[in-house]
Amino acid sequence: MAERVVFRSVWLPWLLVAPQLIITAVFFLWPATEAILQSTELPDPFGLSTQFVGWDNFDYLFGDRYYRASFLTTAIFSLSVTALSMSMALLLAVLADSVVRGSGVYRTLLIWPYAVAPAIAGVMWLFMFQPSIGLFPYWLKVLGYEWNHVLNPGEAMSLVVIASAWKQVSYNFLFFLAGMQAIPRSLLEAAAIDGASPWHRFRTIVLPLLSPTTFFLLVINVVYAFFETFGVIHTITAGGPGQSTMIMVYKVYADGFVGQDLGSSAAQSVVLMLIVGVLTVVQFRFIERRVHY
Amino acid sequence: MRVRTSLPAAAIATLVSTLAVAPAQSAEIEFWHAMSNRLNELLDEQVAKFNASQDEHTVVATNKGNYSETLNAGIAAFRAGEQPAILQVFEVGTATMMNAAGAINPVYELMENTGADFDPSIYLEAVTGYYTTTDGEMLSLPYNSSTPVLYINNEALEEAGIDADLPTTWADVDAILTALKDAGHECPMTTAWQSWIHLENFSAYHNVPFATQANGFGGLDTELAFNGEAQIKHIDTMGAWAQDGKFSYSGRRNEGGSRFHSGECALFTESSAGYAGVKANAEFDFSIAALPYYDDVEGAPQNTIIGGASLWVMEGKSEDEYLAVAAFLNFLSTPDIQAQWHQDTGYLPITMEAYELTRREGFYDANPGTDIAIIQMTGKAPTDDSKGLRLGNFDQIRGIIDEELEAVWAGDKSAEEALGSAVERGNELLRRFERAAGN
Repeated sequence: MAERVVFRSVWLPWLLVAPQLIITAVFFLWPATEAILQSTELPDPFGLSTQFVGWDNFDYLFGDRYYRASFLTTAIFSLSVTALSMSMALLLAVLADSVVRGSGVYRTLLIWPYAVAPAIAGVMWLFMFQPSIGLFPYWLKVLGYEWNHVLNPGEAMSLVVIASAWKQVSYNFLFFLAGMQAIPRSLLEAAAIDGASPWHRFRTIVLPLLSPTTFFLLVINVVYAFFETFGVIHTITAGGPGQSTMIMVYKVYADGFVGQDLGSSAAQSVVLMLIVGVLTVVQFRFIERRVHY
Repeated sequence: MRVRTSLPAAAIATLVSTLAVAPAQSAEIEFWHAMSNRLNELLDEQVAKFNASQDEHTVVATNKGNYSETLNAGIAAFRAGEQPAILQVFEVGTATMMNAAGAINPVYELMENTGADFDPSIYLEAVTGYYTTTDGEMLSLPYNSSTPVLYINNEALEEAGIDADLPTTWADVDAILTALKDAGHECPMTTAWQSWIHLENFSAYHNVPFATQANGFGGLDTELAFNGEAQIKHIDTMGAWAQDGKFSYSGRRNEGGSRFHSGECALFTESSAGYAGVKANAEFDFSIAALPYYDDVEGAPQNTIIGGASLWVMEGKSEDEYLAVAAFLNFLSTPDIQAQWHQDTGYLPITMEAYELTRREGFYDANPGTDIAIIQMTGKAPTDDSKGLRLGNFDQIRGIIDEELEAVWAGDKSAEEALGSAVERGNELLRRFERAAGN
């Protein structure tokens, strides 16, 4: 008979969860409250005086068509990064899963980019695509295509998407590969004996059984594209040309830390917080239903 | 039980030792700056010289990243009560600093209160004017100041069979660019710092306003005005050049530098402080020309304005520390230090005496073109439209200008449309600054 462990003391359970509670309070609740408070204020940079302005910061934001445009930019960017990094990772995982010899080497190499800091990844891609000294523009020129992401919004967006997705492929690859290796071989073999083609087996067995992994990665990748791609954008385009790669989190930085406009920056953080909250709810309410655990 | 007694004991011991160390030397001051690489070394040399020249005061210089990062670090430190005595702030941060009355100690007041020797008349007005009040009182000490000039790759022109004098007007430049283009040159011209050179300096040089209220010197209710006829004409011309392949855009900062150094681009508008880089990297014969102008604009050429940074003294330090600051700022203004800095870096000297000293030493004869920046700046007495710029949120406004100009270079917008939109968007930021600073 299993023995049930019961905490007799009242404070011990609290003590045990205290580290987690303190971390949440210090790193989330406190800054979030500050952000909400600051979003209603218009301070000068040095904090010498602050005036309460109510909704004005939000009015100002939503009255700015460039801010409204950054919603779309962010959506395009996040979707592209997520789609590209997940599909590439899945493809690589399928290929790596079928490798018989030297699979360790392949896996190690594929996981490698994850260890690269975003800013360094950004600089590396920038070097490869730099319009006047980069290798790729040089090759493209031979093929008759003039690459200039400094002036061409579409090319700038493609470049930051590729660089950001490349960074995340390793992480996704790792999870997909682990997910695939957890699928019982007997299922696949049985299907093969029944005459199912590799593609058919992949579509009807592997993909559904991978759905918990895919869902988890979807959430992680969207959060990644929203918040952690800052370094890539900062080093490659700084939001340009025009504002074509100005994603919301980069604008928070640009307005707050370059422009010293802390009121507007705080208001943008609050908007961003709401969006991520809504996105997470949507993902768990509607997409998770299709997931088979 | 043992642990219990020893913990407070250790804490007390630490506390006591901290207290014993606390009353440190009162005249040690911090100086935060944004100079990197070679400039950082030269700055450290100046500080070391100052520290060795006397034994009362010690200056500790620390690099805090680029200009924006340094300003941020200073602001964050001030909010935490940990500000340095001296903070280097770039010229676009001038209005931000000026309007932070409780955070700064204006240089003229500092000199007065510490009883230091201070003669404002020894400084070059064209340089210090950017950092003085409308009454001529110096708020911050210019440290590194430069002005834009035109660099020319003589060999590229020779190869294209162009035998022309140094261009003085944009029409001359157009002729050269056309010839280069016809000879198959891939990048006849590029630029660094487009807003600073082709709008801010352009406006001053043609004596037309960049903003109302004497470019912001007259009050916070200033409005942008750089969508005037002259500016539209210039941006329109450059837009057409971009479409014809005569002007090739490199980026918002000085990305064009490496393209000029490598010989890819033949003409390059860049700061006079780019001289050190060009001299060190260019493996070809080059000339420096004054910034071109349009001779059909009345009053042109007026004078160009500076870019760079100045040293602001922060509020909240002790009397002893301010004595040290005053001594250090005076030390930086001595002719020897200034002349050395000017010759090593291409930045302008801040005193007339340093300029004279450099000339006497024969530096300008040995390095032709290095005095062009000074002549161009001091040729005429500055007017309301050519004294400098004092605009709030200016770093962001420059960002907006960059965005709009990129649309012109890409052929998506006309010059008139882009500048109009930049003025409109920039004005919103000015109003926001006025509101935050005006209470």
